[in-house]
Amino acid sequence: MIPLTVEVTRRKSPSRWGMVIVPLLTVVLAVASAAVMFSAYGASPGAVLFGFFVEPLSSAYNLGEVAIKAGPLILIAQGLAIGFRAKVWNVGAEGQLIVGAVAATVVPVYLPDSDSALLLPAMIVLAAAAGMLWAAIAALLRTRFNASEIIVTLMLTEIARQLLYYAVMGPLRDPGGFSFPQSVPFQDAALFPTFGETRANVSILICVAATVSAWIFVTRSFAGFRLLIGGVSPDAARYAGFSQTQAVWVSLLLGGAAAGLAGVGEIAGPLGKLQPILTPGYGYAAIIVAFLGALNPIAIVLAGLFMAVIYVGGDNALATGQIPASAPAVLQSLLLVYYLACAFFVNNDIRVGFVRRVGAQA
Amino acid sequence: MSDALVFVLAGAFATATPLFLAALGELICERSGVFNLSVEGMMSIGAVVAFITVTHTGSHALGMAAGMLAATALSTVFALLTLRLLANQVVSGLAVGLLGLGISAMVGMPYEGAVTTPIQRLHVPILADVPIVGPILFSQDAVVYMSVVLGASAAWFLRRTRAGLTLRVVGENPRSAHSLGLRPTRVRFLAVLFGGAMAGLAGAYASTVLTPLWSQGMIAGRGWIAVALVVFATWRPTRLMVGAYFFGAVSLLDLAVQAIGLGIPSQLMACVPYVSTIAILAIVSSDIARIRLNAPMSLGESYSPAA
Repeated sequence: MIPLTVEVTRRKSPSRWGMVIVPLLTVVLAVASAAVMFSAYGASPGAVLFGFFVEPLSSAYNLGEVAIKAGPLILIAQGLAIGFRAKVWNVGAEGQLIVGAVAATVVPVYLPDSDSALLLPAMIVLAAAAGMLWAAIAALLRTRFNASEIIVTLMLTEIARQLLYYAVMGPLRDPGGFSFPQSVPFQDAALFPTFGETRANVSILICVAATVSAWIFVTRSFAGFRLLIGGVSPDAARYAGFSQTQAVWVSLLLGGAAAGLAGVGEIAGPLGKLQPILTPGYGYAAIIVAFLGALNPIAIVLAGLFMAVIYVGGDNALATGQIPASAPAVLQSLLLVYYLACAFFVNNDIRVGFVRRVGAQA
Repeated sequence: MSDALVFVLAGAFATATPLFLAALGELICERSGVFNLSVEGMMSIGAVVAFITVTHTGSHALGMAAGMLAATALSTVFALLTLRLLANQVVSGLAVGLLGLGISAMVGMPYEGAVTTPIQRLHVPILADVPIVGPILFSQDAVVYMSVVLGASAAWFLRRTRAGLTLRVVGENPRSAHSLGLRPTRVRFLAVLFGGAMAGLAGAYASTVLTPLWSQGMIAGRGWIAVALVVFATWRPTRLMVGAYFFGAVSLLDLAVQAIGLGIPSQLMACVPYVSTIAILAIVSSDIARIRLNAPMSLGESYSPAA
């Protein structure tokens, strides 16, 4: 046995010093793991790390790619974080995103000749409404039937996926698309305008607006405060008369709307049509972003950007053929595991001392 | 028609087995007060490692052992996060689950779409030849029979043994357990590892026996359904067996309906297990008094003796 005692006491508030160290340590650990992982695949770690973490920031085009990926991640994470603060676990953003995308697709598919300026706004409204509706199912079941929103939102994601398959093979399928299960390519009026030479588009403004609103909601509004209290101390919230039912509804509806908006951002953005695979799992990755950003609207932006860099870096590394396609997903989930582990050192006071044993000569 | 019925009823045992095994592990874990959401990821890891082992060694026993080991290793990460570093159980479960899904996709990439040999069914002499009942009950593979034994043992363990009582006390109130001289963190740690091993076995069974092939995402939400099953069963192993069998039958409806030739879109049929999960979860959970009575009191709460 090591002759040390470790004494752990819970801090009343997180240590300020640690709040800077923990994200840094998390990133360092993740980069180190990436190096080990890639060496195992026979890639030169230096080159791949450069490709993963530096190249995505090296050109306007690549920065545009980062923005394309960061947009939906940050948008969804802002929505989810509001619920997570209240301990309402919407883990089905992926499904809400899919349903939003399917709903928005109806507009260009049934109005293929329209170039009305109202086309895109209509799609945006439909997507947000559909995402909210999908999340509302979970809210209703939770508040009326006490059913765990975790399981319901997860199951609804699987159902949404089947709905998407049905849509692209049936009613929304492009009849002239040979045998590909996908919708018609959208007309220009149904697409977000892009910036310059990049693929990044105006939908990023939705993400900015969501971030600003989330910041105001969380730091300045009474409703945000009530949600927070409900999460930190349910008993105190009940005593103060803050409704748990309301917290569930607000959390799920906001999360669903954000995810639905991210859905329209994909189909009216880089994809330009509805297809069976819409995202590399943004709905799940956004959960990581929310916690990596400590559920803070500003930090979520940074976390989302970092996660997006990993996606773009992964795509770049994939092009060189040495790294498996799932490497970014592994790296992203490792980030959250490291973050959770490191957070222990922020939330607790740890004192290490030598054991003074009495009569321990034996 | 009766052929289709026998097909569904007999096949349900096999399709229920991964659900039951994973859910049984989660049940024991939850009875100790730990809510582990990473079942889907642990099953995937178990599935891919078992598949690779069977592909290279040809031994299903080795494959299952390897799958159990791999998933147990992953559950150790979860145990360290939640029990030693006192991280939130829901978030840690999601993180470790996503990690498991990612690693299994990465490790399994060279094997994507590959198939392997299934194992032989055990035909119980004489009984297997009895019409209807024979093929349903007495012509299954060894793991199916083993899972029934495991379920019965778990029920006996929780009800009749001292260790089972310890586990339940820790799950109800770790602080009291500690003051009784029990070691809550150690008990919970072991329960999490057991949950990992069972999820690994469930995944191994799914990828090497039930459908002897590997493809990314083949667990297809069964890990989440397993978590839901524990609530349906109100934390009782015997009820869990009934619930898992029901879900096994439901997930075969798809094939049966196709065989009969009704013109229902396959996507709609694929939704049936998920929709029934939601429906039954809502029905069972709405009886709040019953849930309160049966759910372990400390479920989901971190515990540290120091605090």
